[in-house]
Amino acid sequence: MEIQSAIPNTAISQNTTSVNTSPHNKNDRGRRRFAFDKFMERVVKIFSFFSPLLLILIIAGLVIKSIPVLQENSLSDLLLGSNFKPFTGDFGLLPFILSTVYVTVISIVIAIPLSILTAIYLSEYAGKAFLKFAAPMLDILSGIPSVIYGIWGVLVVVPFIRDYVGPWMGIETTGYSILSGGIVLAIMVFPVIIQIVFEVMRIVPNELREATLSLGATKWESIRKVIIKKASPGIIAACILGFSRAFGETIAVLMVVGNMVQIPHNILDAGYPIPSLIANNYGEMMSIPMYDSVLMFAALVLLVIVLIFNVYSRWVLNRLEKKLN
Amino acid sequence: MNLRKAEEKLFNILMRIAACIIFGSLFAISFTILVKGIPNMSWDMISKTPSGGFYLGKEGGILNAIIGSFYLAIGATIFALILTIPMVIYMNVYASPNSRLSNIVRLCLDIMFGIPSIVYGAFGFVLMLFLGLKVSLLAGIVVVGLLILPIIARTMDEVMRNAPKELKDASFSLGATKWETAFKVMVRQSLPGLATAALLGFGRAIGDAASVIFTAGFTDNIPHSINDPVATLPLAIFFQLSSPIAEVRERAYAAALILTIIIFGISLLSRYLIKKYSKHTV
Repeated sequence: MEIQSAIPNTAISQNTTSVNTSPHNKNDRGRRRFAFDKFMERVVKIFSFFSPLLLILIIAGLVIKSIPVLQENSLSDLLLGSNFKPFTGDFGLLPFILSTVYVTVISIVIAIPLSILTAIYLSEYAGKAFLKFAAPMLDILSGIPSVIYGIWGVLVVVPFIRDYVGPWMGIETTGYSILSGGIVLAIMVFPVIIQIVFEVMRIVPNELREATLSLGATKWESIRKVIIKKASPGIIAACILGFSRAFGETIAVLMVVGNMVQIPHNILDAGYPIPSLIANNYGEMMSIPMYDSVLMFAALVLLVIVLIFNVYSRWVLNRLEKKLN
Repeated sequence: MNLRKAEEKLFNILMRIAACIIFGSLFAISFTILVKGIPNMSWDMISKTPSGGFYLGKEGGILNAIIGSFYLAIGATIFALILTIPMVIYMNVYASPNSRLSNIVRLCLDIMFGIPSIVYGAFGFVLMLFLGLKVSLLAGIVVVGLLILPIIARTMDEVMRNAPKELKDASFSLGATKWETAFKVMVRQSLPGLATAALLGFGRAIGDAASVIFTAGFTDNIPHSINDPVATLPLAIFFQLSSPIAEVRERAYAAALILTIIIFGISLLSRYLIKKYSKHTV
């Protein structure tokens, strides 16, 4: 065995020396190649540390900028106070926080059932032809800029709420309301939830479907009792990701939600979500003391909530992928 | 037995209705933008910058915003590519794709993908104060570049991770270093995917408004250097739509149509690229 492997080796080395007239040069070239490789390894490794670093930098930057307002006002005053008067230094963010929560909850209530049903349809029932049409559609839907959704909201959703939903509920409304924001957001969240639920349901092994069907279950029973059960952590994670997408969406909501500083009492009242607060006041924030600090604090609140949701659902999705693969 | 069949039927109908609502809403949006946008389109819109009374409904177009958006999106995509290509190569060629560090980087990217663009905007503002930058194309490029970094990086990463492992092994066994394998084999193999990733990032960059409010500013002129403020299409739409004058609002619809056409164009281009170049890969 040893002899056999030694023979081609010597053959090769003889060969190389005979072809290459200056073996010294060749060695040098090889060394340079490997040195370059080692050097580049370090370079690309440094780059790969960039993403965790950036995440830390974003958090640190916002924390540093929100320290001034935290020194003047207590955390509970900021988060639970409903008095927002920048000129007198009152920065109660509760109206904004509640508006954000209301808008997001409405959107998620609309989006979850519709998206999950559609995702089930796409993964279990739909034919190849429909999938071929649906997949690019969803890609396009998720690629449309939010300002376009906003325009659509202003042109279609707002008049609809003002002319039909308001009178029907017996409430006078301009149409610029929490409900309009929720509807526009729901449409923006559809592709997020559908795409993840679809992926998760696809990795549920086919054997499970076949086994339940062979036991006499109808197709829907096999989906409801077996497949959804297997995929449920992924479905929950998808909904949470959709939720956090809706939570931070800015321009589309800003355009239809009315932007009045008040605690909304019903879904046809105007609201003022946190992202809108930040985006609307970038002009004034340098001229009023502490205003920039409170806006950065608002951004930090947004970031922290979104981070918690994201970390949790990514963790669930990763674990699920490992388990099912 | 009948009840079970009825349940099956009921849910089948519900699913079809849900799918109709969701795909119908896409058509409704496209339809609205087309119907409102086409009557207001004119050659002036895409060939002229705003003149004196533009915001009162007089002459002019939004060339400043179209050019500005392209400058910003191209700059941001290049900036993001410079940062992501080494990152992705490290994760998939130098380290094993499933190593601890790769997974941590991947998790961070996924989390960053979920951060709302307004938070990037706010961070951009902090960064500008810290670096002493003013509202400019440069600041916009940096912040939008960071915004699209996770999208580009994760798309590229998926492409490289799914490249056949044998290719890498074959390259190593021929004596290639990891760097040579990365650039002469892996990048070439995943080129269509990399192009798609870049286009995806580009599309996001051109459509995002919340992150540029703080950083890129707005101007009626076409920027001459990267230190000038720059107008962007989404912000142009947003500002025009909030005008009380009907003519100005109507221009916003035309601007929205332009933006939509650009986005659709990018989407079609990336589909075409995948089709055309996939045949050269294994």
